[in-house]
Amino acid sequence: MISPVLFWFVAFITVIPALALIFSRRPVHVAMAVVLVMVGLAISYVALDAPFLGAVQIIVYTGAVMMLFLFTLMLVGVDKRESLKETITGQRWIALALAIGLGALLISVVSRLTFSVSERATVGEPTEVAGWLFGDYVLVVEVLGFLLITAAVGALVLTHVPRLFPKRTQAEIQAARIAAGADPVNKAFPGFYARHNALDAPALDPEGNPIEDSVSRVLRARNQTIDGSEFKDDNKARRRELGAKEDDA
Amino acid sequence: MSPVNFVYLASVLFAIGAAAVLLRRNAIVAFMGVELMLNAANLTLVAFSRMIGEINGQIMAFFVMVVAAAEVVVGLAIIIAVFRARQSISLDEPSELKG
Repeated sequence: MISPVLFWFVAFITVIPALALIFSRRPVHVAMAVVLVMVGLAISYVALDAPFLGAVQIIVYTGAVMMLFLFTLMLVGVDKRESLKETITGQRWIALALAIGLGALLISVVSRLTFSVSERATVGEPTEVAGWLFGDYVLVVEVLGFLLITAAVGALVLTHVPRLFPKRTQAEIQAARIAAGADPVNKAFPGFYARHNALDAPALDPEGNPIEDSVSRVLRARNQTIDGSEFKDDNKARRRELGAKEDDA
Repeated sequence: MSPVNFVYLASVLFAIGAAAVLLRRNAIVAFMGVELMLNAANLTLVAFSRMIGEINGQIMAFFVMVVAAAEVVVGLAIIIAVFRARQSISLDEPSELKG
């Protein structure tokens, strides 16, 4: 039989986090609390001789369904708070009374009945469950396959957004850039043709003058660049060696 | 301890889920309430399966899980579509759609 400690542990980690559904303001906290509820239910399935269902509960609910909820919360905005304005007066108290009444009704009905508990348990191991699923229930499994495909296609159709503007081709983007006055060719890479092949050294043009544009604007704003003047003098000397006239430089 | 206790636990969880659906305005939180109710029903199925000593209840709970997964996919897609159209996922606002 099931140990009372396990039952009360499961009851504790399912009922207390489940109350977050009613009292917690932030949807993300609610989602994490529901994850804990699902783990508690998985533990109870294993205790009730259904180890396969326990594993499926962890994989499907905590692993897939609740993460899908979290992704959706991320898409619609985590910080969206609920408005507490009541549109129907007294709706909150009526709803609470109905829910408590429902719980009391269910518990009283269950407590009035006597259940015979079988001593012999069929343990729901994967082989046993598979034998039933692909034996007696094989038609249901196939129908569920259709259902899952339909759901996936339905989700794609529902979240599909038609394009507002036709897609721009690469040629159109380039033409727009040129029309806006952009340089038709790439900027020179920093360090290119310079002595120091580094990001902070400007490239030198064929005349030996530094090209300011080749260094990142950020480095220039921080004054972290080498201005290239030291190369210039050196270059002059080199050119003199090669026999160029002084006034060329 | 008898598995009947898990039926009581499931009743409490079902009531909490129902309360969440009735009380909350945020569509996603209300949807999580629906999920909790489905899981409470699953817990009763598994508990009764243990009490009877047969596996059919567990198979049924497995089918409920598959249907719930499909339902969550479509439900969340609808919530995202509503959010795109109205910039809000409050359950009160669609009621203002009526002329």
